[in-house]
Amino acid sequence: MKKTALVRVALSLAALVLSALPVFSGELDSFKNERGELKISGGTAHIPVMKEAAQKIMTVNPEIQISIAGGGSGVGIKQVGEGLVNIGNSGRKPTGDEIARYQLRVYQWAVDGVAPVVNPKNRVTKLTKGQLAEVFSGKIDNWKQLGGTDRRINLYTRDEASGTREVFWEKGLGKGQISSAANVVVSNGAMKSAVAKDPYGIGYVSVGHIDRTVSAVSLDGVTPMIRTVQDGSYGISRGLYSNTRGEPSGITKKFIDYLRTSAGKAIIRKHGFIPVR
Amino acid sequence: MKKIRELLAERFFLLSALASSSITLVILAFMVYMGLPAMRGGGLLQLLFTPWDPFQGSYGILPMIVTTAAISLLSVAFSLPLSLGSSFLVTVIAPQGVGGALRRLIQLMTGIPTVIYGFVGIFLLVPVLRELFQYGSGMCILAASLMLGVMISPTMTLFFCDSFDRIPRSYLDAADALGASRVQKLVHVMLPSARSGMLMGVILALGRAVGDTLIALMIAGNSIRMPGSVLDSARTLTAHIALVIAADYESPEFRSIFTCGVVLYLFTMLVTVAVRAWGRTGGEQR
Repeated sequence: MKKTALVRVALSLAALVLSALPVFSGELDSFKNERGELKISGGTAHIPVMKEAAQKIMTVNPEIQISIAGGGSGVGIKQVGEGLVNIGNSGRKPTGDEIARYQLRVYQWAVDGVAPVVNPKNRVTKLTKGQLAEVFSGKIDNWKQLGGTDRRINLYTRDEASGTREVFWEKGLGKGQISSAANVVVSNGAMKSAVAKDPYGIGYVSVGHIDRTVSAVSLDGVTPMIRTVQDGSYGISRGLYSNTRGEPSGITKKFIDYLRTSAGKAIIRKHGFIPVR
Repeated sequence: MKKIRELLAERFFLLSALASSSITLVILAFMVYMGLPAMRGGGLLQLLFTPWDPFQGSYGILPMIVTTAAISLLSVAFSLPLSLGSSFLVTVIAPQGVGGALRRLIQLMTGIPTVIYGFVGIFLLVPVLRELFQYGSGMCILAASLMLGVMISPTMTLFFCDSFDRIPRSYLDAADALGASRVQKLVHVMLPSARSGMLMGVILALGRAVGDTLIALMIAGNSIRMPGSVLDSARTLTAHIALVIAADYESPEFRSIFTCGVVLYLFTMLVTVAVRAWGRTGGEQR
């Protein structure tokens, strides 16, 4: 009786060690002895990477709870500044004023492109920058004018606190006007599903969010994708940042460090971004 | 001893009533105070009549006010006949058991979170509207008001049912004895005597429609232009607040949303007072 119990304990111990071994290796080691909560919010381009990193960390150590919310770059910077979250993500560099006011520490971990996207059913997949600006200002308002079907163009844009909007407006539209008739959506994900459902829509998303449900529009003959963003031929790009208030410590610091390890970089690459060296 | 206790209880209730009613005023005062710099800085007129364009330093909210009024009034217009019909069905036409079951179902419906209605709107209603009218993206005032109409209908229906239930049995018996048809009974007996209760239902439902944020945010399209038709994409005050709240605390666009709050507050108050006043004059005419 006693013997079987012993064997059982030994067996389960062995099983535990075996199952834990491959997981408890490499870059995630530093999370082993941690516990507590890590709150992340802000830029919605960042979310896929944040989610996968969090999942990996929480699988290794269930004592760590990581919550990820969106809200846009403005929300991320504000919430981390107010101390509501530990990490505030932004798809733009915080302004000097914001850095000073909240004593922000800014960590860039990836480069991302922002690309105009249309519905896969749309035949128009090539535009010049001039055309793009005219479409978004409302000067061109029918797909027929661009060689598509005879339907009005439905514009989709992001709210003013969005870092994706800022870079698209600055580098894609040359700070040109965005028509007041444009629909406004609140995240990269919402933008993607809006355009994926609307055959006559055009919007813009982070390159990391492009999948089969939308098609990217090439600008002046350059297709937005990782390679063209990386070699600089596709110019509408920006950094992805994680910001903390003051010097980060504990899980917060380890999370940011993790994004810069080779495992973290693999996650970043997998989701369509270019990790910083 | 008993008297003192009664007095104490009375005071306590008075205090709690005062506290809860003054919170409403405190909130208004707070919003006016926070919104004051924006109202004073640009002038109230400028807040109303310039377009919304923070990059150009103009923060007009008139299109959002118009949209809020249009969406909430339209949704009540959609929901009123629907609710009247269902409440009449539940209380008069349907057999006892069926009526009770229907009422419990409607009670259940009041608990559905608005985000669910938003999702249903995005996936079912918006594509249908887009193809039906061959115009715009389908995210428009019409889509939001239809969805809001469905959302506020259970509240309205339950209020209507309750006020029908409170009609003295003898009135209904008298109508039956005179040989009134069901429709005659509804029009000549039930509607007039349930009037005040029904008004309350409409006011509450309207309040929910004005205050709802998510449905408008998800399916009205949120464009900042003055809507020209119900098929245009437009932004309500609540959706506007939700979108701008992400801005920097110190920025003028953030300050301007307190003005939206004040307008929203006054708007609901005005509608409530107007509907009540209308109810009262109607009552005197009888």
